[in-house]
Amino acid sequence: MFQSLGRYILLLRLSFRKPEKFSVYWAEIMREMVSQGIGSLGIVIIISVFIGAVATIQTAFQLISSFIPKTVVGNITRDSTILEFSPTITSLVLAGRVGSSIASQIGTMRVTEQIDALEIMGVNAPGYLISPKVISGLTMIPLLVIVSVGLGLMGGYVACAASHDVSTADYVAGLTEGFNPVIATVCAVKAITFGFIITSICSYQGYYTSGGALEVGQAATRGVVYSCVMILFADLVISRMLL
Amino acid sequence: MIEVKDVSKSFGDHDVLRDINAKFKPGQNNLIIGSSGSGKTTLLKCIVGLHEPTTGEVYYDNENFTAMHFEGRVPIRKQIGMLFQNSALFDSMTVEQNIMFPLNLFTDMAKSEKQDRANFCLKRVNLEGKNKLYPSELSGGMKKRVGIARAISMQPKYLFVDEPNSGLDPKTAILIDELISELTEEYQTTTVVVTHDMNSVMGIGDYVIFLHDGKKWWEGSNHEIAHTNNKELNSFVFASKFMKAAREKL
Repeated sequence: MFQSLGRYILLLRLSFRKPEKFSVYWAEIMREMVSQGIGSLGIVIIISVFIGAVATIQTAFQLISSFIPKTVVGNITRDSTILEFSPTITSLVLAGRVGSSIASQIGTMRVTEQIDALEIMGVNAPGYLISPKVISGLTMIPLLVIVSVGLGLMGGYVACAASHDVSTADYVAGLTEGFNPVIATVCAVKAITFGFIITSICSYQGYYTSGGALEVGQAATRGVVYSCVMILFADLVISRMLL
Repeated sequence: MIEVKDVSKSFGDHDVLRDINAKFKPGQNNLIIGSSGSGKTTLLKCIVGLHEPTTGEVYYDNENFTAMHFEGRVPIRKQIGMLFQNSALFDSMTVEQNIMFPLNLFTDMAKSEKQDRANFCLKRVNLEGKNKLYPSELSGGMKKRVGIARAISMQPKYLFVDEPNSGLDPKTAILIDELISELTEEYQTTTVVVTHDMNSVMGIGDYVIFLHDGKKWWEGSNHEIAHTNNKELNSFVFASKFMKAAREKL
């Protein structure tokens, strides 16, 4: 375990060496941003709307009582969406979508000697392959989480309008009242951390693949599983430290 | 010139190479031959720095390549072109982008100059007009030729080729051999080819070293190979009925 951790840290250090040519790396970063950001938008939209709607319906089911103001539903949906559902669930889904793609892409390049070809040319292969993916993850995953928060709250609004358990006016009032800005900070820290975890762990798993197609698949699976476990662990640590 | 001095390589307890010495001169086709598992590819990887030798050194024009760190090796690596066994073309890039890749990273050439260079390299390997194709759209022989075009795009001083004929029909294999030989003569590159194809050995082997069980058993030219008394080399060279019959006619 310590050997793997050491290798992971060394790989990250190699990844952030001075690039051979900034313009080439910049083009790679842009390409990765499109792949990770635009490519994941569809799945993020779908899960966010549904999670927001379900969270609102279930909160309303548990809290509808004459003693509790109906605005509480909006309040709880907002906080749980910003604090947990959007950053964590979105990141777990992105670990599957983005992480497996990164691990299999780099793993395939390893087993087909494309990484060897980069090294022979004198290219810093970890820098060229990994740093654009990590930088893209650090920027696009937080942006996707912001989109997810907006759509999750919208999903809750649609659920209120459709079910009539809580009026949309009460829901919107609940969303706006008693907002504590620290939850937005926690959401941002989680999103950035999870973005780093997904891209760096999956890159590591792909980079040290050896063998053939079977091992590439195994590396992708390992990347996703380790990323998910680390996301949940980091979620706990960040929540404990910042809340 | 590339000089290999006492190179040994072990993976755990398994000795793959033992005390290999060789000198590969510029302007000639230097071939490393041997049966599967003899250590040919491992030796090539030690020479280009993909594997670090357990003991021994590799010198590029009297510079100790083995002792250098990553940054120190970069100037030498910019002078290296390599064709891999499976071509190792970048899947996400077109043929032209593959050839222009090292030019993009290591030169300040204008885009039109880089395109001209890519077109020249493609013409040199008889693949004019294939610029916009992706590797998945190419045949095995075409991939090899694109691999060669990429390898020569930076006008290398050292050219390494790993199993150039694997998976190719005999006619295409001969074309690839001839192309490697022509480029070696044209650019006076120090060319090192790993192969177990006897057609290549007899066709272009200016200097041949024979590896067996991780050791160098024989060295010489392709003209000398048919007349050697080395038992292991003979059993490798004349393994096929065709070669046996050819020897009997000699």
